Amino acid sequence: MSKAQDTLFRTLADPTRRALFERLCREGEKTVGALTAKAGVSQPVVSKHLIVLKQAGLVRDRHEGRHTHYSAQLGALAPLIDWTSRMTGFWEARFDHLEDLLKRMDQ
Amino acid sequence: MSNTATETRSVVIERDISHPPEKLWRALTQPHLIEEWLMKNDFRPDVGHRFNLRGEWGGVLDCEVLVVETNRTLSYTWDFKHDDPLYGLKSVVTFTLTPTSTGAHLRMEQSGFRPDQKKAFGGAHAGWNQFFEKLDQVLAHAD
Repeated sequence: MSKAQDTLFRTLADPTRRALFERLCREGEKTVGALTAKAGVSQPVVSKHLIVLKQAGLVRDRHEGRHTHYSAQLGALAPLIDWTSRMTGFWEARFDHLEDLLKRMDQ
Repeated sequence: MSNTATETRSVVIERDISHPPEKLWRALTQPHLIEEWLMKNDFRPDVGHRFNLRGEWGGVLDCEVLVVETNRTLSYTWDFKHDDPLYGLKSVVTFTLTPTSTGAHLRMEQSGFRPDQKKAFGGAHAGWNQFFEKLDQVLAHAD
């Protein structure tokens, strides 16, 4: 797995963080306050998650007056969506199963 | 990523298997064995036979047998129809078996083309739910 994929997986592995990102994907730009209202966690926690998402390139922030608006950067998911890397992972896992099966066929 | 409407890409996986080609061939061509390592299927080793591979995630692949050379080469189409071009795929999978001193060398090549991914990002919102559902499964194998 490439470093870019590894970072994306780690970043999106957290369910709260993933929910925040998914909401930005679906509903567009939002302030921290608006995100907190439905996140089920406190505003500092939401802010912390947004920083991690930003570091991974998954969100971008825009300052307007006293508010910071966050938006999803869908292009950042490209390393995960690229089908050659996904299919490579798929086949490697399947061939592990195949080798297990071949061992069992001896018995 | 490219800006062309379609693009051909290949995935090649090669493995040395410590079992003879004849046995490997059985695992690649007998439906109950295919199911154990790949997916549920109604495969038959007859050129022109159309079959489906059914994934645990509910997806169904449309396949047609292209080449059957016993113990040597097996090739079939591997198409996935989806309204969202981000997930659609037309491809050909070819397994090549070569005997070795310790068993067999297995080479799998999947060549395919699909609608441009970049274009798909714009209107792909409906697909994201499915993507995130799958992500959990992928994560389970990520380590």
